[in-house]
Amino acid sequence: MTLQGWFLILSFVAVLLALTKPVGWWLFALYEGRRTPLHAVLGPVERGFYRLAGIDPAAEQGWRRYALHMLAFNVALLLLTYAVLRLQGVLPGNPQGLAGVPPHLAFNTAISFTTNTNWQSYAGEATMSHLSQMLALTIHNFLSAATGIALAFALFRGFARREAPKDSRGGIGNYWADVTRITLYLLLPACLVYTLFLVAAGVPQTLSGAVDLVTLEGARQSLPLGPVASQEAIKMLGTNGGGFFNANSAHPFENPGALTNFVQMLSIFAIGAGLTWTFGRAVGDTRQGRAILAAMMILFLSGVAVTYWQEAAGNPLLHRLGVEGGNMEGKEVRFGIAASALFSVVTTAASCGAVNAMLDSFTPLGGLVPLFNMQLGEVVVGGVGAGIYGFLLFAILAVFVAGLMVGRTPEYVGKKIEAREVKLAVLAIAVLPLAILGLTALSSVLPQGLAGPLNAGPHGFSEILYAFTSAAANNGSAFAGLSAATPWYDGLLGVAMWLGRFFVIVPMLAIAGSLAAKTYTPQGAGSFPTTGALFVGLLVGIILILGGLTFLPSLALGPVADHLAMIRGQLS
Amino acid sequence: MGKDLTSALRPAIVMTILFAVLLGLAYPLAMTGIAQALFPWRANGSLVRDADGRVLGSAVVGQAFVADRYFRTRPSAAGKGYDALASSGSNLAPTARALADRTAADVARWRGEGVRGALPADLVTASGSGLDPDLSPAAALAQVPRVARVRGIDARRVRALVQQQVEAPLLGERHVDVLALNRALDALPR
Repeated sequence: MTLQGWFLILSFVAVLLALTKPVGWWLFALYEGRRTPLHAVLGPVERGFYRLAGIDPAAEQGWRRYALHMLAFNVALLLLTYAVLRLQGVLPGNPQGLAGVPPHLAFNTAISFTTNTNWQSYAGEATMSHLSQMLALTIHNFLSAATGIALAFALFRGFARREAPKDSRGGIGNYWADVTRITLYLLLPACLVYTLFLVAAGVPQTLSGAVDLVTLEGARQSLPLGPVASQEAIKMLGTNGGGFFNANSAHPFENPGALTNFVQMLSIFAIGAGLTWTFGRAVGDTRQGRAILAAMMILFLSGVAVTYWQEAAGNPLLHRLGVEGGNMEGKEVRFGIAASALFSVVTTAASCGAVNAMLDSFTPLGGLVPLFNMQLGEVVVGGVGAGIYGFLLFAILAVFVAGLMVGRTPEYVGKKIEAREVKLAVLAIAVLPLAILGLTALSSVLPQGLAGPLNAGPHGFSEILYAFTSAAANNGSAFAGLSAATPWYDGLLGVAMWLGRFFVIVPMLAIAGSLAAKTYTPQGAGSFPTTGALFVGLLVGIILILGGLTFLPSLALGPVADHLAMIRGQLS
Repeated sequence: MGKDLTSALRPAIVMTILFAVLLGLAYPLAMTGIAQALFPWRANGSLVRDADGRVLGSAVVGQAFVADRYFRTRPSAAGKGYDALASSGSNLAPTARALADRTAADVARWRGEGVRGALPADLVTASGSGLDPDLSPAAALAQVPRVARVRGIDARRVRALVQQQVEAPLLGERHVDVLALNRALDALPR
């Protein structure tokens, strides 16, 4: 580890914290449906969309209706993507003349992008036409992100509603208004600026195909180009993570230097961190948001420290051969150890899944942190929207546990937490271990599953475990040695992604509806304060115990066994 | 529920079409137009040309250098090496036998060329993209004696050239762009 490395990490945290309030404030304006300066330009677009689709943006929806409309929209988008991918061979915008995507891969990819996972069983430059990248994939990067933020807004309203009027009792907002406003007034304008920054730094943005050239040494090279920057911007900002190229943000065309790398990491976290402030403001006490962010930062910095330490220590098996320095296999020189370690923790703490280094080649414990981050449910800042609503599920359990200890009815930010909310929160949290451990176990014993891993021994098991963790947690990063473009993995990973997204969302919305119908009770002398260090500590504990403990045996079989083999010098 | 579902269908279908046009077509096409107008060289891949206008590569993406007279780039897992149509890392685990064998063979080759002392890690490891354009300063300096010998130039001049080419960004690692370095090497008067 170097001083310069820690300087980078601390600069990152400092800039992130400075961004939290301005981003949160902007999000709060959208949460409230306030007019922003951008309405002057985009207001007519917003109203036009509502008119054509027959939407009344002011109509409050109960949780069932909100969920139904959200699901209907997502299914429609899923079908569009599937159709475009299957038909890309006969559609325009295909300068490389790529064939249609096979059914199992189109199925997997359509679910993957709809659920904000962006797991990629394919190599972008060899599989996707320009039209597919734009029309089938970029659109999801916006709308799955907007949906995540909308869902967080819905849950915030559940907590924040004071005395709802009789006719809209239990209303949690309007899904269409939320998604349209978030897209038009936040994601789209931010991406316009971000795209131009990326292009200025060296990311291509063109409709041309590959450039064929002869290198200085006389070899042939074919450089694929495309509308990369416009997709890259929303890929990071929306915590999507699906790369234009196979190597994702390790590819020099996606991430050409230290500055783009820094901005990419920030843009993964910016909205998720901002939403903690928005939550605090929505429930009328910004200290509530600060407590959440504090708990997130404790978990985040612990992860960074472990991964950076392990990657900087390097691979003893290579040191024995006369090589010095950290673990550079799978890493780019322009990023080095610190920026690669930091990126890997950021991308898995959030549900982004973009990578600037190949996680499969990380040291066993360096790679354990990304895996564990996802298994916690990506609540450390987390995906846009998904992070904070996942985190609030843990907060509900934390006040429940605190309530059990002192023998009082638990409450959180003025709403009583009762049996219904706790049951639903447990239901949502239990989806992840069921999907991950169940499907990993199945793939570890059946021949279709065992055909996948590239590496032998415990690391091969880690590859399978990582794939299902990444899919169910809607992350999308990979231990990419796994050959996942098979009907078995495409199918099961698709199922895991769908479960991990919508089987968490529906109980979460049910909680939002149930909370919205409750009357606000102001904090009394007997209330457990949820803004202090005690609550932060309790939250971290609950997340580690409930989120993490379930997975410890699987981590022992994979990364921990791998680590022991490495220090003993045992190859496999 | 049945009536609710019907009421959800129209907005779902219409909004899918509207957003597809806005986000899937208008946004990327508008960005392409603006980017092409403002930053044409960057938007088209930062292509590097020789004096005759022939494209030699991209200033951003790495290319293979295997000859003795040039500074060599890192091992690459992209296709048969620096294949930009197949960007990829090796994905080998630290404990993989294949990684240990590959590294041992590479170390032996560098030793055969007279490189002494501990080898910089990037010299014998494959990058994440397989298209890494850079070397660490140490990995470039380790190659100075060979390059100088093959070219018949004083090693001190080659070393000075490497040091000139080192970039040190504020938030990044010190590195040398290999294509730029080798072009500068070709331009060095005898």
